Amino acid sequence: MQVQSMHFKARAGQKLADARLQQNLKVLSQRWTVGRANAILELDDFEGTRNEAVERRNRVLANLDVWLERFEREASARGTTVLWAQTPEEASRLVVEIARRHGVSKVTKSKSMVSEEMALNRHLEAAGVKVVETDLGEYILQINDNEPPSHIVAPVVHKSKDEVSDLFAKVHQRPRLTDIPQMTREAREFLRPHFLSADMGVSGGNFLIAETGSVALFTNEGNEGMCTVLPPKVHVAVTGVEKVLGTLEDLALVARLLPRSATGQSISNYFSVLTGPRAPGEQDGPEHMYVVLVDGGRTGLLGGEFQEMLRCIRCGACMNHCPVYQKIGGHTYGWVYPGPMGSVLTPSYVGLEKALDLPQAATMCGECHVVCPMKIPLPDLLRKLRERQLERGLRPWTERAGLAAWAFAARRPALYRPLARLGARLLRLMGGDARSIRSMPLARGWSGFRDLPTPRGPTFKERWRRQRH
Amino acid sequence: MRVGLFITCLIDLMRPEIAESAVALLEAAGCTVEVPMSQTCCGQPGFNAGDTRASRDLARKFLDEFERYEHVVVPSGSCGGMIRHHYPTLFEDDPDLKSRMAALAARTWELTAFLHDVAGLKTLPGRFEGVVTYHDSCSGLRELGVRSQPRALLALNPMVRLVEMQDARACCGFGGTFSVKYGEVSAAIADEKLDRVKASGAPCLVLGDLGCMLHLEGRMRRKGDTTTRVLHVAQVLAGNVPEA
Repeated sequence: MQVQSMHFKARAGQKLADARLQQNLKVLSQRWTVGRANAILELDDFEGTRNEAVERRNRVLANLDVWLERFEREASARGTTVLWAQTPEEASRLVVEIARRHGVSKVTKSKSMVSEEMALNRHLEAAGVKVVETDLGEYILQINDNEPPSHIVAPVVHKSKDEVSDLFAKVHQRPRLTDIPQMTREAREFLRPHFLSADMGVSGGNFLIAETGSVALFTNEGNEGMCTVLPPKVHVAVTGVEKVLGTLEDLALVARLLPRSATGQSISNYFSVLTGPRAPGEQDGPEHMYVVLVDGGRTGLLGGEFQEMLRCIRCGACMNHCPVYQKIGGHTYGWVYPGPMGSVLTPSYVGLEKALDLPQAATMCGECHVVCPMKIPLPDLLRKLRERQLERGLRPWTERAGLAAWAFAARRPALYRPLARLGARLLRLMGGDARSIRSMPLARGWSGFRDLPTPRGPTFKERWRRQRH
Repeated sequence: MRVGLFITCLIDLMRPEIAESAVALLEAAGCTVEVPMSQTCCGQPGFNAGDTRASRDLARKFLDEFERYEHVVVPSGSCGGMIRHHYPTLFEDDPDLKSRMAALAARTWELTAFLHDVAGLKTLPGRFEGVVTYHDSCSGLRELGVRSQPRALLALNPMVRLVEMQDARACCGFGGTFSVKYGEVSAAIADEKLDRVKASGAPCLVLGDLGCMLHLEGRMRRKGDTTTRVLHVAQVLAGNVPEA
């Protein structure tokens, strides 16, 4: 996917001015924060479950190569072809080659964020393969001129039902519907012929199970089974190399956390563990199964300050609870992954210099860290990215100069105290009788949106000195 | 108990009455309060901007100034979080400094946490009367676990009635330099909070962090609300509230 993160500020402004989006985001954040809060209460020991899951994920990441090779061995033994791609582009090439090899003319897709990294639809279409998104949200986006998703779990969360009604009426050329079950039925009618005529299905992979060589998928709409098991000759799962778990038991553990953290569900409506193509005597499953393991910058995080980010299980809780995401929505972040996790992943995967705003555009409130089922210290990671930006001279000179001046004075009490005294006087003068400043030409970021209530008297230190000494 | 007061740079400059209230409360709790005059800033602005060197220097400076005290008290959850939570992490390469820093961090307290959990304050030194709603500022809440203490202290005054707003724990959008770099987003988040304050019906918003206070009060005034008061919890507890 093309990186658009450099337009963060302009887009944020547009999104804030979009009243309908603001309403949609408000509904979402309310529903999902409450949903998660209730769902985790169902677990006797949420904290203990979380700690255990963190420990299992860390264990795999500490020896990722070993676990991946185990996965490859077990998957191959069960007839799955495992392919490795260093870059998302390479992964797309591999999928296109698979399509060619099997003479595929139509692909149905279940939702996959990694396929967004790969810009897979574009590559397949360029090779003459028709691609049909079958997750309802992704389908809506595809028929809306390939709009990018704005959330990793609910890709179309930025749209209201009314907007979808209009879109369906326009694209399906049918009378406008407003009842959700009816609208869903209509989408199904349009999707069904594709399910039945597709030659190949592409899915993501929430987890890979090393001990069995399986791909685990959590979905809600049943479309995934239509893409992976039922009609197609070929199933290709594309996923990141960090998604491997050791055992089915580990999967059972994280399965208690993922849907609860994501959508507030105890378990997703569908939960599949896919192991190899259809074997002789079996009823269903594809004739050929492939797993494409995508690196795309992931192994670059191993052994470094950002390794903890690789624990991420893509639940979206961090964005659902983020005060900034709740205001600007996912598109503002400009790449595949929005919100706090995206603000760490995007600079890490596509380059620090292409996403300068992302590590900065966070209030550091810490709620993402609190709700993360994998306890990823997102604020700390964002702060480390800020350090890198500063080291590499990627911050504007005004900011660096301001920081240097502040640090110079703060280290020198003999200079700092008279400066503070002077500052208090200046502020009082500027505030006047109203005790408030409305315009500060050098600090429009503040005064463009708020007044500055000014101090009533000299600094505390001045007062203290007078009173006590 | 000999207590060192870390005023915080923002309170020193913008709202000295908060530090005075803190002194009054600490003295009411039986503490001897000292204020090292060489203190400046905890270093959080630099730390959050990625300038680790400056924050390390200021952490060292803090250690020199405050290591001698039995306890250190900070009338701010965010500066308190910087010291308690982040200072020790700045010295991973120096075990000796790290352990000294960790020891000092462990006896550095956010004001209400100290008054309630350590000093066991039972009687408030001043008068305040009114209905208030309390906003949990992020660092105090999430880095230090300050939540019940300010409420318990407010409850010591029978003339104060606390009405909880919805989502009191949600961020107000200040975020330090975030408020200036992304002023528009920051203000939009503030508006959400201010709607909650309004819906609570309380004419007075109380919180424990001056940064958030200035941001919320400034936004409130800009939007034309000239009457809702925005006060630091120390002021309310000490009854040190200037005429509006």
